[in-house]
Amino acid sequence: MKLSKKILVLLGILLSFAMIAAACGSDDDSDETATTDEPAETTDEPAAEEPAAEEPAAEEPAAAPAGDYLGDGSLGVVTVASGEAVQIRSLEAITGDVAFLGLPNERATSFAVADYGQIKGFDVSVGTGLDDLCSAEGGQAAAQTIVADEQVVGVIGTSCSGAATAAAPLISESGGVLISPSNTSPALTSDLAGTAGENYNVGYYRTAHNDLFQGAAMANFVFTDLGLTTAAAIHDGDPYTQGLAQSFADAFTELGGEVTGFTGVGKEDTDMVPVLTEVAAATPEALFFPIFQPAGDFIAAQAPTVPGLEATVLLAADGLLVDGFLELPESEGMYFSGPDTRFGENVNEATGKNASDILTAYEAEYGEAPSAPFWGHSYDATTLLLEAIDAASYLDGDNLVIDRAGIREYFSTVAGFSGIIGSISCDDFGDCGSQKITVIEHLSSADIEASKANVVFEFAPA
Amino acid sequence: MTTATRAPTATQRTNVDRFLTLIRIALITFVTVGLLAFIAQQISPTNPFAEWANPGADRLTGSAFRELVISGLNIGVMYGLIALGYSMVYGVLGFINFAHGEVFMWSVMSGWITSEKLFEAGLWEDFFIPALLFTVLVSVTVSTTLAVVMERVAYRPLRGSPRLIPLITSIGVSFFLQNVAIGLFGPAAKRYPQLPEWMSKRYEVFGIPGLEVEGTKILIFVVSTISMVGLWYYVERTKTGKAMRAVAEDKEIAALMGIDVDKTIVRTFAVGGAMAGVAGILWGLLFRSVVATTGFLPGIKAFTAAVLGGVGNLGGAMAGGITLGVGESVGPLVLLEPLGIPGVSQLKDAVAFVLLIAVLLFKPSGLFGERLSAEDRA
Repeated sequence: MKLSKKILVLLGILLSFAMIAAACGSDDDSDETATTDEPAETTDEPAAEEPAAEEPAAEEPAAAPAGDYLGDGSLGVVTVASGEAVQIRSLEAITGDVAFLGLPNERATSFAVADYGQIKGFDVSVGTGLDDLCSAEGGQAAAQTIVADEQVVGVIGTSCSGAATAAAPLISESGGVLISPSNTSPALTSDLAGTAGENYNVGYYRTAHNDLFQGAAMANFVFTDLGLTTAAAIHDGDPYTQGLAQSFADAFTELGGEVTGFTGVGKEDTDMVPVLTEVAAATPEALFFPIFQPAGDFIAAQAPTVPGLEATVLLAADGLLVDGFLELPESEGMYFSGPDTRFGENVNEATGKNASDILTAYEAEYGEAPSAPFWGHSYDATTLLLEAIDAASYLDGDNLVIDRAGIREYFSTVAGFSGIIGSISCDDFGDCGSQKITVIEHLSSADIEASKANVVFEFAPA
Repeated sequence: MTTATRAPTATQRTNVDRFLTLIRIALITFVTVGLLAFIAQQISPTNPFAEWANPGADRLTGSAFRELVISGLNIGVMYGLIALGYSMVYGVLGFINFAHGEVFMWSVMSGWITSEKLFEAGLWEDFFIPALLFTVLVSVTVSTTLAVVMERVAYRPLRGSPRLIPLITSIGVSFFLQNVAIGLFGPAAKRYPQLPEWMSKRYEVFGIPGLEVEGTKILIFVVSTISMVGLWYYVERTKTGKAMRAVAEDKEIAALMGIDVDKTIVRTFAVGGAMAGVAGILWGLLFRSVVATTGFLPGIKAFTAAVLGGVGNLGGAMAGGITLGVGESVGPLVLLEPLGIPGVSQLKDAVAFVLLIAVLLFKPSGLFGERLSAEDRA
């Protein structure tokens, strides 16, 4: 049997088309996420889009006490029998490369449930933590498991925006709520100017910031504080990194700076010299690469060796604001944008705990500090959900009846809730988080904690 | 009757041929336009042709081009070293051992473990050269042993079965080795300890001003060259090498001549594994990072390099590796960027595989010709 050359050639051609399609496909995504002038829908009342309940009348109790709970029963109710627990779920990236992001979220959720205690005499159960795999497929599979269980009233997650894109429609349609501590893609909520994102779903909320501002914050810092006028951006094809790199580039151009390069790398790439040479052609003064490990490690290590980039200031975002990256000597001197994590004495009004209480408990339980900055967001998201369940439920004899529509109603009215991350107010499209972004300067890979606290720039939209 | 059954086959063949001719023409046109646009852009980024092809083009500076070539050569020699393993096994047994990329990954992994332990003991920094030699020794031993055990456990029982069977087995072995690595070391990226400063410093090479290369990269060139020459000597000048070539030519006749075929096959795997081991440690020194999937893409690229140079041809494997490395490094910026394609660096892998197609279309036996066994030539 001789290796048939023709078959090999055809196979090769197919393979190459696949590679090109993969590279181009993600480019299309960027255009979609970046373009906000063409909204998918421009309604001021997202609630009008609420899907009809599948079985509204059947479960509605006849003798519902009026007035003292939220909700009109339009999405159905969940009845928790005496002695059973209220079911909520955690859906985070808990395995694989991005487990560093999801695990602290999941752990903070369990702390919040323990600290909050019972709802009207009923225990709350998170069940087994589900995995969003940081991908659309993972998010969809987990969401299907969740909606199959009608007792589940709310979900804390996902870790990754890509997973939420697939999970949110399913959960939204089933009448549930999904509250994310760390999704930041603008497409999931809105452009913060009244236009819904293309992946917006009712019943989706988040305590994380909206990335529109992270890009803008970094651009402002580079242009005004560092006084640099040329910059390049590199993404890795992921919607999160593309959206962030694009919003940085847009904001930087708007400020009067010049974006000399906008390109992408593969997540599996190791040799970054070609891509760095590509951006080095115009010798940018700053290079923003809001990507993840391990590709980020290679860029940080190889950039200073490429002619034209020796003196370029390296910038990254919260995806690389993790201990594993900050420990690298190559990351010294870089700037990182991210959520403001100086929680200080902020107290969660539902549990009365502050950041240091939670961190102490966290370290005692797991023997390490949280590996990503969104544990506080997760804690607050969980207590908000529990408050919402409390507000939307009533006792019917020995049973607890929870009105699904009431939970969403609660979120639409959240304003000035005091959380670990600060004051929380939800807008019409589910953005509840503080939009304050900070930029830190990384001084020493030997003292990461000092670098994390070394805030050199703050940005909050007007 | 015969004509009736033959006719469709004939048309089919011409259709495929026509399609391939079209692809050939498209490739030549694309490369020509790309090159012309590149030349136009190099002459002056503002001339009409360059403007038409890519408004806002920048000239590629000499130093940038040099940097690309050096980085391409670097990756290329490592592809070449891995490709030798593919090529040798193909020459002797006639199947592609897809698990070879995983042998390479295990070498990078064991290099990480050894260097990390030496670093913790304080030996990596204080006695760098002996520590590095020891690391190389461990890595090469691990990859050689792995290749030999793989042959004994997975491939020898299948000797004599149709060739598709060991091929599929090798894919299974590849998954197995990858998942064992995940199970043992976890999915996160592992980091090699910092190299001494004189390794990462740049040195002027051959006294040519401006041609400055980092110490690590020089080391990679030197080590690869030595390994390659050593291998060439082993295969072409020693008795064992002669036995290998004889087995590759015709197993039965070799056995009749008193050559221990099984032993020779084991040696072939061992030498291929050792080459992957050397490549692995060089990879570890250059990128200083390893995950369980590190072997996949280099493995596929090295296989491509082996086909590119001509399967079964050792010099060809090395040359194929270098061609592929330089091609994928230089190609995006020289051919695609002048055409105004956005984000060209993402197309690096596509360039590498298109290069393979181009070689197969224009010179199907690879750049340097295949060396197949008598049975395969028939």
